[in-house]
Amino acid sequence: MSRPPSHQSSSVLRRPSSSGARHPLIELTLARFREFLREPEAVFWVFMFPVIMTCALGIAFRTRGAEPVIAGIVEQDGADDLARALESAGGFTVRRIAPDQVDRAVRDGRAPVVIVPGTPPTYRFDQARAESQVARLAVDRALQRAAGRNDAFTAVEQPVQNVGSRYIDWLVPGLLGMNIMSTGLWGVGFSIVQARTKKLLKRLVATPMSKAHYLMSHVFSRLLFLTLEVVVIVGFAWLFFDVKVHGALWSLAGLALLGALSFGGLGLLLASRARTIEAVSGLMNLVMLPMWVLSGVFFASTNFPDAMQPFIRLLPLTALNDALRAIVNEGQALATVATEIAILTTWGLVSFVLSLRLFRWQ
Amino acid sequence: MVAEPAIALHCEGVVKRYGSVTAVDGLDLKVLRGECFGLLGPNGAGKTTTIEILEGLLHADDGEVTVLGQRWKSDAATLRQRLGIQLQETQLADKLTVAETLRLFRSFYPSGPTVDELLDTVELKPKRDAWVSKLSGGQKQRLSVACALAGRPELLFLDEPTTGLDPQSRRQLWEVLERFRERGGTILITTHYMDEAHALCDRVGIMDKGKLIALGTPRELVASLGAEHVVEFALANGHAIENALFAALPGVRDVRQDDTHLHLSTSELHLTVPALLALLSRQQATLSQLGTHSATLEDVFVTLTGRQLRDE
Repeated sequence: MSRPPSHQSSSVLRRPSSSGARHPLIELTLARFREFLREPEAVFWVFMFPVIMTCALGIAFRTRGAEPVIAGIVEQDGADDLARALESAGGFTVRRIAPDQVDRAVRDGRAPVVIVPGTPPTYRFDQARAESQVARLAVDRALQRAAGRNDAFTAVEQPVQNVGSRYIDWLVPGLLGMNIMSTGLWGVGFSIVQARTKKLLKRLVATPMSKAHYLMSHVFSRLLFLTLEVVVIVGFAWLFFDVKVHGALWSLAGLALLGALSFGGLGLLLASRARTIEAVSGLMNLVMLPMWVLSGVFFASTNFPDAMQPFIRLLPLTALNDALRAIVNEGQALATVATEIAILTTWGLVSFVLSLRLFRWQ
Repeated sequence: MVAEPAIALHCEGVVKRYGSVTAVDGLDLKVLRGECFGLLGPNGAGKTTTIEILEGLLHADDGEVTVLGQRWKSDAATLRQRLGIQLQETQLADKLTVAETLRLFRSFYPSGPTVDELLDTVELKPKRDAWVSKLSGGQKQRLSVACALAGRPELLFLDEPTTGLDPQSRRQLWEVLERFRERGGTILITTHYMDEAHALCDRVGIMDKGKLIALGTPRELVASLGAEHVVEFALANGHAIENALFAALPGVRDVRQDDTHLHLSTSELHLTVPALLALLSRQQATLSQLGTHSATLEDVFVTLTGRQLRDE
């Protein structure tokens, strides 16, 4: 036979040839990479969406410093004296309330506590609301002191801010997990089904291209993007929200890699038969939606009833999120998340093997 | 191995069924090396199914297929490297450039021309760095053919490569194919353009309902009609004259009527036309249109099946 087999040079990736063409695996991976980067929507969903999400949620749930207590004072004789007393105590914002508006002001939160001037003054507040209770205590302390009370002692106050236990610290690993899931599924599934509907798969099969190279190119291009994704999300959260990775960076990298491979396999499975973009989109949403809710992206999965927990814990995104949080927030070693790693590996392997059996090239 | 080196493609008794429909019904075919063979026929005749069986993309239910002396069952890997294939509906990736697309296809083959040589062959050099989505229909088809040429194939399969293209784009593509043939390449092309078959093909096979109903050089097939010319005319005011009167005119071999025109196949145009005019004036009928053309493969198909090739 005069012609060498096409995939002879697997150890030497660059062929010594003048054609300018590299090893098919590199060319296929490059093609995937370029197609993705030239799709602005895809770039937005993969990189910008998690960043915007982190921003929005980080701002909404930011940890506030000491804020002034809002105190309402009923507009009648003695109101000015009370206002002066509160202002000189400091830490209060005073709102004047019309006499017929007192209950409403407490109810709608305009003033968590309303003081009716008198000797002694009357406090109107909502016992069921912590904010209202705190405001009542603060107002009472300030007015008592203004009336001449001396404290038995002044305690030493040491405010603590626990980095690592804020909502944003908890959220970022979840967003990272969610992103690894959706880019894994979409990145692999969408492009394969698109190639199938455009008969490009069939055209490729009509060349000597190795089918394994084609599937592997999806995995490799996924890994390239994964690196970027993880760096963008973790880097952004670190720079702007001071979210720290407490565990080893290589543990985080290894876990992200495993997650990407696992969801890539799942994406391959979902795409192995689908003939239309609509069909594969439907399948992916069907798979992803329950995990967005159940797997603890935005709120802990422990909120669901105990009976559901064994099922929830077996979901790949739950495993990935739990493991990511153990590494990022708690600084655990990979060994402590062996169960999660086993769950992810199983999902990846089973779907990869199944999709190899089911895959339709034409 | 004493294979017949002169034969590029050989199939015998090939059958392909889809449920109760027989798409290819016992097809026998031989294509010689260096030949351009055209498979003609209307939509649904089984051309695409046939070519995809030959390309090893579909499995025949029955029959034997030999391509370049090899068989799909045992030699698929080497065979793939020796063939160039252009499929009817492939859409190449929109957001890759022309050069990137060619480099990708080129990487699948152990040897072949460089990307720049390919660009020259199909005259796409100026579009080297343009995205595929920005190409015209003709340019896309030439790129698709360039992809098929990426492994310097011995045999090129083209499935309706010029469908939907304007005449100039079609001619440009023909030139690419001519150059491929000059280097000794073999082509199997399907088309439903008769002029294309005339211009490109050494031999054509006409398919209908999964069977080969005629085979020969375009000239032989047209000559088999026994009539080299066709007179087409229409009468004003819907004037009707019995077809038998036309059939009796000198030289006329066949009379056919469609919605608007009458078609007379004739071997002796110089006798038929004056006789036709005389007949019409005797019948006091007025012509609204009159034309003649040399008989084509289209006329061969119509005569064989009673139907138009391009059923609109």
